[in-house]
Amino acid sequence: MSTFGLIQLHKPGSYSLTFNLYPSLMSINTQQLLQKKKKNILELWMRNQLADEGLREDLISNEELRSQSEELITALVSNLTAENSVDLNSDEWSPVVEILGGIAITRARQGFSPRETGNFLFSLKEALLEVLQEEITNDPQALFNESIKINRIMDNLSVVTFETFIKGREEVILRQTDEITEISTPVIRLWDGILALPIIGTLDSARTQVVMENLLQEIVATGSSIAILDISGVPAVDSLVAQHLIKTVSATRLMGAECIISGIRPEIAQTVVHLGIDLSNIITKATLASALAYAFKSMRLEVRKINTVQKF
Amino acid sequence: MDKIPILRMGAFLLVTIQVDLYDRLALNLEADLVQTVNKTNAKGVLIDISAVSIVDSFMGRIIGNIAGMSKILDAETVVVGMQPAVAITLIELGLPLKGVHTALDVEKGMSLLKSMIDLSDPDEDQEAPEDDNFAE
Repeated sequence: MSTFGLIQLHKPGSYSLTFNLYPSLMSINTQQLLQKKKKNILELWMRNQLADEGLREDLISNEELRSQSEELITALVSNLTAENSVDLNSDEWSPVVEILGGIAITRARQGFSPRETGNFLFSLKEALLEVLQEEITNDPQALFNESIKINRIMDNLSVVTFETFIKGREEVILRQTDEITEISTPVIRLWDGILALPIIGTLDSARTQVVMENLLQEIVATGSSIAILDISGVPAVDSLVAQHLIKTVSATRLMGAECIISGIRPEIAQTVVHLGIDLSNIITKATLASALAYAFKSMRLEVRKINTVQKF
Repeated sequence: MDKIPILRMGAFLLVTIQVDLYDRLALNLEADLVQTVNKTNAKGVLIDISAVSIVDSFMGRIIGNIAGMSKILDAETVVVGMQPAVAITLIELGLPLKGVHTALDVEKGMSLLKSMIDLSDPDEDQEAPEDDNFAE
């Protein structure tokens, strides 16, 4: 059996030889002992956790922490049966792993740091070892063996916790990335035949693709002949971003519409020229207002101030 | 063998591509179109590719070729109705079709051609101003 099975290494079998050399069964005594001392362990654990400076009372209440801890400890201790191995992949361990995974994911979403999440488990290990040390006083060899086993189980559980924790964090990041791409590329109809697309945030290949597709679809849907790409919200323009912009402009041109880039800040103009990017065949304007004025002009529209006050 | 019709509309030629172009068809179109431009003395060529959904680098080159050849024969080329996916593909292939004019649809393409011919006539073509004078 492989103690590393849960990490899903490519060859889980490669570890089995090493670990089979050790007797992996928890002796009945220890199991009963821990079962009996469950309350003690919980108290010790809670004390350890509460003493920790990194305790996040703002994120989790003490009662909640206690109930979480109790749930985990109950599942853990009842699982340390004689027949059980330290193989976390086995079905017997799935309740513990499930509870732990739940706790780790919740913590990831609540915004706990990895250190805080790790300390949650490490303090349990300390509590377990402390109880063992108190109880097994006459046999150093047995104490050592049991400690090793506890250690190994807890280490494996820590690995599981971290994996789940990171997975939870990554889910949060992925969701946010999706949301950002979705909300940050709106195509606005400024006027009959004039579209505006304010870009906010850095332009990478994936976003350029989304921006381009949205813009082109909207051009077809509205029959617009002028599109204004406003980059006032783009923090920096390097050669790659410029490349993406040029691509978007060229694609718009191929569709038969004209594309104006507006919102170019002085720093961006400096970088573009320093990098030697050629934007000479693209119409660029400093502000969205001047781009709109240009669009009106090329559509032969005029905005005038009315002298006489009209009653609506 | 399929053949893409080339329609004459006044001083312009109208080509609507209703099928996906394969290489042979595109080559034939290129040859036919250049012949017709020469024969009819057309001032503009309008190619409608709104029904074309698949395009490759060869197609892009053919369109570029047609534009270049027409230009030599004193005719402007306008490509109209390109689909978004086709436009993105051409850009990704590195074919921005320089020298080809584009418009959203046939109507806009026609008015673009007309404006181009009207503008360029007094400069390049000696006969046009005389025609205008006669009309007045």
